[in-house]
Amino acid sequence: MIRVELPAHLRILAHVTGEVQLDVEGQATQRSVLDALEARYPMLRGTLRDHVTEQRRPFVRFFACSEDLSHESPDAPLPEAVASGAEPLLIVGAIAGG
Amino acid sequence: MSGVRVLVGTRKGAFVLTSDGRRDKWEVSGPYFGGWEIYHLKGSPVDPNRLYASQSTSWYGQLIQRSNDGGTTWEPVGNKFAYDGVPGTHQWYDGTPHPWEFKRVWHLEPSLTDADTVYAGVEDAALFRSTDAGQTWQELAGLRGHGSGPHWQPGAGGMCLHTILLDPANARRIFIAISAAGAFRSDDAGVTWQPINRGLRSQQIPDQDAEVGHCVHRIAMHRLRPSVLFMQKHWDVMRSDDGGDSWQEVSGNLPSDFGFVIDVHAHEPETIFVVPIKSDSEHFPPEGKLRVYRSRTGGNEWEPLTKGLPQSDCYVNVLRDAMAVDSLDQCGVYFGTTGGQVYASADAGDSWAPIVRDLPAVLSVEVQTLQ
Repeated sequence: MIRVELPAHLRILAHVTGEVQLDVEGQATQRSVLDALEARYPMLRGTLRDHVTEQRRPFVRFFACSEDLSHESPDAPLPEAVASGAEPLLIVGAIAGG
Repeated sequence: MSGVRVLVGTRKGAFVLTSDGRRDKWEVSGPYFGGWEIYHLKGSPVDPNRLYASQSTSWYGQLIQRSNDGGTTWEPVGNKFAYDGVPGTHQWYDGTPHPWEFKRVWHLEPSLTDADTVYAGVEDAALFRSTDAGQTWQELAGLRGHGSGPHWQPGAGGMCLHTILLDPANARRIFIAISAAGAFRSDDAGVTWQPINRGLRSQQIPDQDAEVGHCVHRIAMHRLRPSVLFMQKHWDVMRSDDGGDSWQEVSGNLPSDFGFVIDVHAHEPETIFVVPIKSDSEHFPPEGKLRVYRSRTGGNEWEPLTKGLPQSDCYVNVLRDAMAVDSLDQCGVYFGTTGGQVYASADAGDSWAPIVRDLPAVLSVEVQTLQ
């Protein structure tokens, strides 16, 4: 079970209030977690990564275990603490715009 | 009893303003989608309870929302806007080729005959259509592909397709406008397109009479005379009597022929409204006076409409999609400002009053006349 924390705008869009808990098949990576997240909440498609290129949106960041994972490969394994559910994957809207 | 519903898109959400036919007392509901930019929302002429809204942010991209109950509740629908084939390039601000990249939906135009069909004008400029109530979107790629696309350039606000006019008398005819490419017309329901910019003159481009490259801000038509078009260009108010084949300037005595909005009286096809704006750099009303100008002669002769509008120290802008008219017997006119006011006139512009004063910056105003 993977724990994911969404930014406020996307929690409203997905009609969730707290952390999202996802069952992810296979290795836990950014891609597999986002695949599972979008399968559960189709309204989030296109909000975190581009529909066509699947690239992360520039102002979206992925943090976990006090590290910025945003620039890791989408297919890189997430930290064990995230894969085990001990720590959440934080999806963060970057502070921008003053 | 008849009534009016005003749909307002702002920098920080959507608002729905409602009144009965007297239009003197208003209810304000919203914000819907608080914190998101709502570039445009509009109702279906076939089913007034069917609304479509364009919702976006720089963080999370583009969403399309649909309501089936007049804006009380909404649901997100399809937001995949994929250009047809290899998108290619257009010109960047410095004249270099730049890849076509989808950024946002500027304008949604529901079909005149089918509540499930809706058109979307997007940045970077292209026209999309959905025939399943917004679930899926297909590009009408003949527009970008007609030949001049590589020469299109963005205006200051981006390279946006902001105007979509559907001809009520000819289901196969569509007009669109792009900043800064110009106006285009299709006579085969969007399959093929031709530029319709003859007569436009733009000092900001190397060839003032070029086929494309003109910064058209807005086009309006009267539903009973769809071959007569009125245009607010970056500079110049223009008129065409032949479906865009040729244009004549009708700026006349306007204090500034720069502006963004233009609209036509619901019952008088020769009565048109603009809001002159000082430019090129200021983008606020001349002399700090917010004035709507009305022509009852289809242009050239204009009268200022000031009653109820601020006539000193007013430095707001009125953006291109932020004016609309209702179709009650006494035509109502509405516009929104970047200062967050939405003004209404229940007497075709003779007098004005704010419906609401302190919204976020208004991006768009649409009106539904409800029976």
